Amino acid sequence: MGVTATKTVAVTGNQAVAEAFRQLNPDVMPAYPITPSTGIMESFTKFVSDGKVDTETILVESEHSAMSACIGASAGGGRVATATSAQGMALMWEMLHIASGYRLPILMALVNRALSAPLNIHGDHSDGMTMRDCGWIQLFSENAQEAYDNTIMAYRIAEHKDVRLPIAVNLDGFIISHSIESMHFMTDEDVKKFVGEYKAIDPLLDIDNPKSIGALVLPDYYMEHKRAQHEAMMNVKKVVLDVSADFAKLTGRQYGLFESYRLEDAEVAIVALNSAAGTIKDEVDRYRERGVRAGLLKPRIFRPFPYEEVGAALRNAKAICVMDRADSFGGYGPLYLEIASAVNPYRGPVLFNKIYGLGGRDLMPHDVDQVIDETIEVAKTGKVKVIKEYITVRN
Amino acid sequence: MKQMKWKELPHAGTILEAGNADSYKTGSWRSFKPRWIQENCIQCLFCWIYCPDTAVFVKDEKMTGFDYDHCKGCGVCAMECPGKKGNKAIVMEEEGK
Repeated sequence: MGVTATKTVAVTGNQAVAEAFRQLNPDVMPAYPITPSTGIMESFTKFVSDGKVDTETILVESEHSAMSACIGASAGGGRVATATSAQGMALMWEMLHIASGYRLPILMALVNRALSAPLNIHGDHSDGMTMRDCGWIQLFSENAQEAYDNTIMAYRIAEHKDVRLPIAVNLDGFIISHSIESMHFMTDEDVKKFVGEYKAIDPLLDIDNPKSIGALVLPDYYMEHKRAQHEAMMNVKKVVLDVSADFAKLTGRQYGLFESYRLEDAEVAIVALNSAAGTIKDEVDRYRERGVRAGLLKPRIFRPFPYEEVGAALRNAKAICVMDRADSFGGYGPLYLEIASAVNPYRGPVLFNKIYGLGGRDLMPHDVDQVIDETIEVAKTGKVKVIKEYITVRN
Repeated sequence: MKQMKWKELPHAGTILEAGNADSYKTGSWRSFKPRWIQENCIQCLFCWIYCPDTAVFVKDEKMTGFDYDHCKGCGVCAMECPGKKGNKAIVMEEEGK
């Protein structure tokens, strides 16, 4: 099987995800549009009106209802998708735990946006980070191509018999959702073949076999249910690697659990999610030209977090700066905590944390330079002045 | 009953045996108990309609008593019961009295 040649297209991140949804052709798509994810539903409902998909869209009265409808449709036996951002995801939050507890492989495009207050519609990861403990698989995407590719791969991962968990594909609001980039779509036939038919486990609409879901579980059984859910999450890493290998055969595009950029011999390492990785890669190149051994690690899966693999990839660094586009007020940044857990067994590199880019604040090349310069200094001295500090902020 | 280990649970904890709530006795939750006074009963079946559980026995379209293995003593049946000429056919009595 060879790589199918496809033509280059120029689309926004939202259009890329909508095109992936069209090709995946879900059975049901409940949604309540919210900036900056609105473009996904705008494009997708046009596909529905034009008869390009078989999907039944349900335009609900709130995001809480959107996720509730996703759960009902998925429990019924359908393949289900939705899209949201920030406050929308926050209103879904109660239901997100129920989707994962019921083990329903629902697909969500989460166009990352800052949570209010102050009210802000621009990109940061505070919404995605509040999803951390909801039991969803979380994939992050640097650009429109990765958002598209992650969306195409999502059902294969979520619906795998060893997994059966909901999945969220994250992409940065505005920076990716509204910027036009050149990228490649797969052919409809390739997507159809790649994704395959969905067979729900114990669907409620199998009315010849009546059953109950969502029953009350008391202390004598609750732990057992959660332990089984943990096991499903532990199976995700292998499935992600297998699905990504199949995807690479079809498209030539390689994905792992995270991306290492010039990291093998890096003395100073930066860790960041999503679109900032593009800017950081440029600056890493500039520092390399000046003889600094700099590198980047960009996690692709955040839940489950690949602690061992990330820890091994970062073990040779002398200093690491973790850049968080979200804050856990009163604690360290959420990504920092993961990296701290990943490198802790090696007790090697000095680790520190920057909070940046909240509410869509730009991360400029000179901001990255400031981070790399400080990481160089920390690598030399072995000393960190402030473990967690805000950058891209007016002091 | 032997309790299942986590690996033995059905997928997603789905209950595959329809109606097995019948074998899960919940009557011990009750602190008040409905008592049926047959001579005041006009067989309107309001109690059967309003019972949030399925704890009212009906045979041949007639109310025949309560399923005390599942009745939780909420008192909705007694509240809704019209009785006969103002005399209730269902009254709530404290358990243990």
